[in-house]
Amino acid sequence: MVIINRYKHANQLLVGFENFPYAEIHIFVLFFLYILTRNEVKSGGRSDLIPTIKFRHCSLLRNRRCAVAYLYDRLLRIRALRWEYGSVLPNALRFHMSAEEVEWFNHYKKSLATYMRSLGGDEGLDITQDMKPPKSLYIEVRCLKDYGEFEVDDGTSVLLKKNSQHFLPRWKCEQLVRQGVLEHVLS
Amino acid sequence: MSEAYFRVESGALGPEENFLSLDDILMSHEKLPVRTETAMPRLGAFLLERSGGAETDHAIPQGSKLELPLWLAKGLFDNKRRIISVELPKIYQQGWRTVFSADANVVDLHKLGPHFYGFGSQLLHFDSPENADISESLLQTFIGRFRRIMDSSQNAYNEDTSALVARLDEMERGLFQTGQKGLNDFQCWEKGQASQITASSLVQNYKKRKLTDMEG
Repeated sequence: MVIINRYKHANQLLVGFENFPYAEIHIFVLFFLYILTRNEVKSGGRSDLIPTIKFRHCSLLRNRRCAVAYLYDRLLRIRALRWEYGSVLPNALRFHMSAEEVEWFNHYKKSLATYMRSLGGDEGLDITQDMKPPKSLYIEVRCLKDYGEFEVDDGTSVLLKKNSQHFLPRWKCEQLVRQGVLEHVLS
Repeated sequence: MSEAYFRVESGALGPEENFLSLDDILMSHEKLPVRTETAMPRLGAFLLERSGGAETDHAIPQGSKLELPLWLAKGLFDNKRRIISVELPKIYQQGWRTVFSADANVVDLHKLGPHFYGFGSQLLHFDSPENADISESLLQTFIGRFRRIMDSSQNAYNEDTSALVARLDEMERGLFQTGQKGLNDFQCWEKGQASQITASSLVQNYKKRKLTDMEG
């Protein structure tokens, strides 16, 4: 039961998913004991074991609750990733997610995309953009790390080197600012 | 401001805890004193000094006093007190209640049990005759402390707030943080930074963590 506490503190998505089997083994052992004791009560007539059964039942429920709450919290954070980071996750993050979580993320992405396409007439509306009300069409950005070539709408490309400053359209760089590649500079 | 992660809130102050709330799970892990009303066989392995030994099937004898976590106490408790009977922890009894009614602001609620209000509210499930007094005391304590929390959270901008939150329990700290967030958002708007796109908080945390991982 003490092991479960560790998961509650490891709230970050960055904790590996591999630690989870310990909890599963715990639940399995408890369940096994539970079945044995229950059979004893039913067939052997030992009704004094009922408190023991209740105790183990409570422990099982508790373990289940901790496991489910942990998994649900992870899902909430993965969902937030779609809104805060974008639709393509970096490999480092994806490494820490289980296959089911990646699949869930893809389903969520798809649902969100379908919904966005259904808004605003023919072409849909990207609601993950402009999360803060924009004040101008073009913004001043500074590069925080080397990114490479970046193509702007009219065909010209900009080289994004560390500490270079550019004046770019807001809708092109919003994604990059949120990912931490660029920094929005206020004049 | 543009936050996308909404954690499951605590339901502890209401009739039932939220199943999925991590705060409630942490809260219900706190212990409370309990007396067993019947022998519990085979559980003596957990509390070796109390167990009856091999003859009694390693049982915890009847009438022994234990400290069980709230989730276990709730699960084993029933109205007829067949398995356990629950005693109130000291801080919810008459002695401490008079302390709270005297001056609620002075008390260090964090030390007394970091989930004072939540735990106290869930204690009401155990049908103690003092339930009405306990709930009244919880309410009055909160009313007494609220003004100071609100004032301090709304006026501490860009300072170290550890002295202010040291004596608050978890629920009050949540309130304090909400107040601080409101204050920070307002100041950010006043400075004209409200339209500045920022990197997502997840990215910032990840960067910081990577840095410490590499250094450590």
